[in-house]
Amino acid sequence: MIELRGVARRYGEEVALEPTDLAIARGQTTVLIGPSGCGKSTLLRTIIGLVAPDTGEVIFDGVRVDAASVRAVRRRTGYVIQDGGLFPHLSAADNVALMARHLGWDAPRRQARLDELAALVRLPRELLGRPPGALSGGQRQRVSLMRALMLDPEALLLDEPLGALDPMVRIELQDDLRAIFATLGKTVVMVTHDLAEAAFFADRVVLMRAGAIVQAGAVADLERAPADEFVTRFLRAQRRGFGGAA
Amino acid sequence: MLVLVLCAACGDGARVRIGSKKFTESVILAEAGTALVREAGLEVEHRRELGGTTILWNALVAGDIDAYPEYTGTIAAELLADAHLDADDDVAMRKALADRGIVMSSPLGFSDTYALGMREDEAARLGITRISQLRAHPELAYALSHEFLERKEGWPTLRERYGLDATPAGMDHELAYRGLVAGSAQVTDLYSTDAEIAVGHLRVLVDDLHHFPDYRAVWLWRADLAPAAAAQLERFAGRISVAEMIRANARARIDGEPEAAVAADLVARVLGVRVAAVSASRADRILTHTGEHLGMVAISMLLATLVAIPLGILAARRRRTGAVILALVGVIQTVPSLALLVFMIPLLGIGWVPAVVALFLYSLLPIVRNTAQGLTGIAPSLRESAEALGLTAWARLWRIELPLATPAIIAGMKTAAVINVGTATLGALIGAGGYGQSIMAGIRLSDRATILEGAVPAAVLALAVQGVFSLAERWLVPRGLRPARGARARVPAVDGAA
Repeated sequence: MIELRGVARRYGEEVALEPTDLAIARGQTTVLIGPSGCGKSTLLRTIIGLVAPDTGEVIFDGVRVDAASVRAVRRRTGYVIQDGGLFPHLSAADNVALMARHLGWDAPRRQARLDELAALVRLPRELLGRPPGALSGGQRQRVSLMRALMLDPEALLLDEPLGALDPMVRIELQDDLRAIFATLGKTVVMVTHDLAEAAFFADRVVLMRAGAIVQAGAVADLERAPADEFVTRFLRAQRRGFGGAA
Repeated sequence: MLVLVLCAACGDGARVRIGSKKFTESVILAEAGTALVREAGLEVEHRRELGGTTILWNALVAGDIDAYPEYTGTIAAELLADAHLDADDDVAMRKALADRGIVMSSPLGFSDTYALGMREDEAARLGITRISQLRAHPELAYALSHEFLERKEGWPTLRERYGLDATPAGMDHELAYRGLVAGSAQVTDLYSTDAEIAVGHLRVLVDDLHHFPDYRAVWLWRADLAPAAAAQLERFAGRISVAEMIRANARARIDGEPEAAVAADLVARVLGVRVAAVSASRADRILTHTGEHLGMVAISMLLATLVAIPLGILAARRRRTGAVILALVGVIQTVPSLALLVFMIPLLGIGWVPAVVALFLYSLLPIVRNTAQGLTGIAPSLRESAEALGLTAWARLWRIELPLATPAIIAGMKTAAVINVGTATLGALIGAGGYGQSIMAGIRLSDRATILEGAVPAAVLALAVQGVFSLAERWLVPRGLRPARGARARVPAVDGAA
C-alpha cells in the first residue's frame, strides 16, 4: 500500500531520517515506535508530503508522491495529530465537513456522513455544533478522527493521537480506536512512544532509533529475537516504566 | 484611484476659485474678492485657509485656484527668488510672473510688512524701540512663526543682518501672540496690519537697518481668469488703506465677527458697493464638515484595506519581500503628515484627492502589519492540518488562514481608522475641508467655540469609528476565536462520550 524507498531527510547538519526502506501492507495497523527524536514523526509525514524527502521516494498505492500527486494522496489519507489540529474558528461539524464542502458535497450528503461518523466514534451529535475550544480533549480527538475519516480514505495516519490525554480517557479511546480500526479495515500507520500502546494496536511494530529503523515485526518477535542490545534495553525500560505490555 | 483623479480634474471649469492663506487678513481679502466677483454675476467659490505661501502658489500655478491675495515682498523674495528681483520693481515682477502664466494686479493700497514686536510693557521696561537694540538682550526668548523662520527675507537673513544671537522657537503665528501675552516668549514676528498692534498691547520695533522689503498687497491671478472676474478684483486698486485693513483685522480677530460680514463691510466702505455676506450657520458648517471628513476617512480606509490585506498576505508568504514591504509602509508612516500633504500638491493638486491619498498611505502600515502577523502567528499544527487535508493553497488561505487572522486584521483596521480620523483634520490645510477647517479657523481667531465646533465632532467620530469596528469584530470574528466570556468556554466540558 505504502512504500518508502531510500527516503532520507536532514535539517541542516542534523539527520532526521537516514536512507530508509519500509513497506506498509494494506489493511494492517503499523506502529512506529522509538525514543523522542528517533525520526518516527518525520517518517510518517513524508508519506503525505508534509516533509519532502531529500532523497528517495514514497510510493502510495502505486503512485509516486510528488508535487503533482500530493494533493490527491492527501485526500486518500486521514491525518490525526496529538492536539487534534482542529480549526478553532469552525464548529466541530464544520471542521469535519470542511473538505467535503470544498469538494462540493451537498448538505444532505454531508449531514448523512456526519451522522454516520458521529455514531462510529461515539460522539454525541449535539456536541458537533460547538467550537473545538468548548470540547474536552477526548472529544476533540474523536472529532479529529471524524475529520480524518470524512472522505472515507484508504489510509489513516495518526501521530501520537492519544499522547495528550489523561490515562482514563486514553484507555477508553484506545478501546474505541481499536474497535474502529477493526470495523473499517483500513491501512493504519500510528506513531507512539509507548510500547504498551504499540502492542495494543499493532499488527506490526517498527522500532526506530536516531533516524533509522532498528527492527520491524510483531512485539513478540522483538522480544524473542531482539536485533541488537538497543531493542532489549528499549523493551526493558518500557516494561518497567509502564508496568508490562501485551 | 485614476477615476477619482480624473473627476477632480474635470470639475466645473466656469467657476472662479479664489484661495486664501491661513491667516485672517488673507481670508478677509479673499472673502471680499469673492463677494465682489459674485456681485458681477459670476460663479465663484472661496477656498479658504489652504495653508502657507507654498501651497497657494503651487495651487495657482497648477490651476487648482484662479486667484489669491499676495504681497510684493513675498513675490520677490520667495516666489521668484531665483530671478533676484527688487520688490519695488513692478515691471520686472510682472514680466517674471507673466512667464509663469500669472498676472499681478495693481497694489490694493496698503502694505503689510514683516516686523518684530514685543509686549508694550516689556519693551518699555527694557527701553527697546529698535531691532538693533535686541543684540544687547540675548536673554530674550523668541517665538517666531514657522513661515518666518523658513523664509529667505525672514529669520535667517534678519539674524545675520542684525547679528542676533537667539534660538527661536517655531510656532503658529496666532499662537506666538498668546505666548507673548502669557510671558513664555518676549519677541515675535508681526505683520504691520495685525489687529493686536491697533489695540495697543504690542510695540513694533523699528527696522533700523532696513532689512524687510516692502510688502504691498496685490492680487495674483492666472492669465486665463475670466476678464470679468479680473476686472472686479482690479477695482480694489489703491482703495484699501492701512487703517482700513487694521480695522478689518481687528473686527475679525478682536471682536470675533464673521469674516464674511467683515469683508462685506470692507467692500462697502472702500468701494461703496453693497454685497451680501454669505456665511453658513454653525449647524450647516458642522454638517458640511462631517460629510467631507467622513468621505475622506471612508474612501481612504476602503482603498487602504483593499491594498493592505493582499500586501500583508504577500509579506507573510515571502519573508524577504515582506521585510521590504513593511519597511516601505513603515517609512511612509514616519513622514510628517503636513510634509506628505505638501508633497502631494505638485502631483495631485489641492483638495480632496491628495488628502485621501495621504490618508490612504498612512492607513497601510497598521493593516499590513497586523495581517502579516495574524497569518504568521497561526500555530504550525493548524497550518499542517490544513495542508494534510489536501486543500489547495488558495482554499487554505480563504477557509483557514484568513479567518484565523481576522481578529488581528480587524484590530489593525481599527487602529488605522482612528488614526485616520485624527489625521484627516489636516486635510483642511490643502482644501479638503473636514473638521480641521473649524479647528484651524478657531485657532486663528482665538475662538474656542469654533475650535470645539471641529474638535468635538472629530472626537465623537473617532469614538464612533471605534464602536463600528467593535461591532464588526462581533460579526466577523468567528465564534471560536472570540475571547472566552463565560465559564462554559473556559472550563473544558466533561467527556461526553464517557
